[in-house]
Amino acid sequence: MWWNALLLALREIRRNLLRSFLTILGIVIGVSAVITMVTLGRGATQAVTDQISSLGSNLLMVRPGQRLGPGGGGFGAPQFKVADAEAIASQIGGVRAVAPQVNSTVTVVYGAHNWSTSATGSSADYFTISNWKIASGRIFDAAEERAGSAVCVIGATVRRELFGGTDPLGQGIRVKQFSCTVIGLLAAKGQGSMGNDQDDIVVLPLNTVQRRVTGNINVRTLLVSMNDDVDSTQVQAAITRLLRERRKLSAADDDNFNVLDTRQIAETMSGTTRVMTTLLGAVAAVSLLVGGIGIMNIMLVSVTERTREIGLRLAIGALEYEVLLQFLIEAVVLASLGGLIGVVLATAASFVLAQVMGIPYLFQPGITLLSFLFSAGIGVLFGYFPARRAARLDPIEALRHE
Amino acid sequence: MNAVSVNGQNAAAPLIRMRGVTKIYGQGIAAFQALRGVDVDIEAGSFVAIMGPSGSGKSTMMNILGCMDTPTSGDYLFLGTHVERLTRDQRARLRRRYFGFVFQGFNLLARTSAQENVELPLLYRGEGTAARRAAAREALASVGLAGWEHHSPAELSGGQQQRVAIARAIVTHPRVLLADEPTGNLDTRRSYEIMELMRALNAERGITVLMVTHEQDMAAYAGRVVHFLDGRIDGDGAPQPPARAETV
Repeated sequence: MWWNALLLALREIRRNLLRSFLTILGIVIGVSAVITMVTLGRGATQAVTDQISSLGSNLLMVRPGQRLGPGGGGFGAPQFKVADAEAIASQIGGVRAVAPQVNSTVTVVYGAHNWSTSATGSSADYFTISNWKIASGRIFDAAEERAGSAVCVIGATVRRELFGGTDPLGQGIRVKQFSCTVIGLLAAKGQGSMGNDQDDIVVLPLNTVQRRVTGNINVRTLLVSMNDDVDSTQVQAAITRLLRERRKLSAADDDNFNVLDTRQIAETMSGTTRVMTTLLGAVAAVSLLVGGIGIMNIMLVSVTERTREIGLRLAIGALEYEVLLQFLIEAVVLASLGGLIGVVLATAASFVLAQVMGIPYLFQPGITLLSFLFSAGIGVLFGYFPARRAARLDPIEALRHE
Repeated sequence: MNAVSVNGQNAAAPLIRMRGVTKIYGQGIAAFQALRGVDVDIEAGSFVAIMGPSGSGKSTMMNILGCMDTPTSGDYLFLGTHVERLTRDQRARLRRRYFGFVFQGFNLLARTSAQENVELPLLYRGEGTAARRAAAREALASVGLAGWEHHSPAELSGGQQQRVAIARAIVTHPRVLLADEPTGNLDTRRSYEIMELMRALNAERGITVLMVTHEQDMAAYAGRVVHFLDGRIDGDGAPQPPARAETV
């Protein structure tokens, strides 16, 4: 009986191909909107998470100044010294490594090419803490660090701008006023979370930058990497206590530094995208509901239009539930067909859009299945009323209907 | 089918027996009495024409005979079963098993091939695809439409459409063929062809044919004519010889 009802429904859909297509258009749009929105939303969340974890995992960033906004305002507050980094590394448990870091915008020159980039001075730990991979060459060693040697490791963007296709290793580039040897090349990380180019960087030993670029012994940022099993809030609190002590702040004073947890930033940012995804998905779900009402409308018209046919079916011995089932299955098949087309469209659309928007395409089996089942459910919900109306027709009246 | 226990072995009972059947439409002052006490027996294998002017109750009679409607009072026994006591679905099962219907307006499904139209009643009987195909093809062949299986109603003449409708009615091998003005929409020549076909079905297959008509010429094909007037049987007997025959 189910098979026959399915057969009847498919015949009916085939008989009215154009109308069937127009009927399901609402569902098609609804389903594809839901799936596309959610897929792209999840992709965007993933992109944000990826970018932030590329800064380094289990990472605390300690900067001078109160947290006033993005980056904080560190100008009035005293800067850190290398000793602060050493104190954190030696006195606080759960800390794996601390990299003091200074940044300065510099112009680098190689032959006829010059390029404005960010010079980062730090220790060898910086590379592991910040999740840098070495594409070729090496990082600087302890001796070079201590001596403040004129060696540098360059990012992919700097390499492209200065060297094009040639091998940069062993070449001398001019950084500000001094010449330095390229000893390593960083593997590309891509765009950062703020849309900045993370590969636009030259990394030198901290001493080198302090002596030859900034001209002081200040440290701009302390990068603290923690062991995997420690509670970052405890480490954060311990660092805050230690630094307050070292900076001789009384109980009444506010912190004149701030400690940022990259994982917290990641959670905040992906939380925002998640909310957006949910909102957009909800709007799309409403359009799915509207599509369902479209189906009900057409099914009601169809029942009226096919009254004589229903009368005939009843006359030749169709039972009430068989007619009900026929129309119900017709509605469900229509809606599921719409859902199926919607899934295909959404998969294609979100794949293409993900490429265009530069976010990863993540197939969402959950939401895909859910929207498909939801569309079938809409078929049941909005198909039932017209189907019941058809099943309850009086065969004699129905046969007389013009 | 258990709910509908049909006693086909009872030789004494006729195929159809009606006793004191009335049918009243509406209520109170607006009530209209379509049938005012009908008693009739119809033997299996007979060919009965039901005649009468408009409003005489012949359509109501047809609806009750075809188990589509139930009498307001009185008994209608089909193969010994009290039809008036059956539910809507039980009557549907009775129709699907024992009755074939032919209508004045053919009532074929548009944009659906002759083959699929004829298969329709078999779908409700839950027959398999192969059995359905074969039975429909055979039914179409028996009404002279072999080779027309894949034509839709729009591609067939009126006479051919009514043949498809007859094929649909007989594809289930019914005991009774109910025809409501089967020639009403056809020209004279097609009408005679259809009547010849129905007579053949009656004679060769023993299908009981009950036909409503208001044409004397068509009623002449029947073995018995029941005449209705104002909700009562006004005359019952052999058909009058057709007017055409007298002039020949």
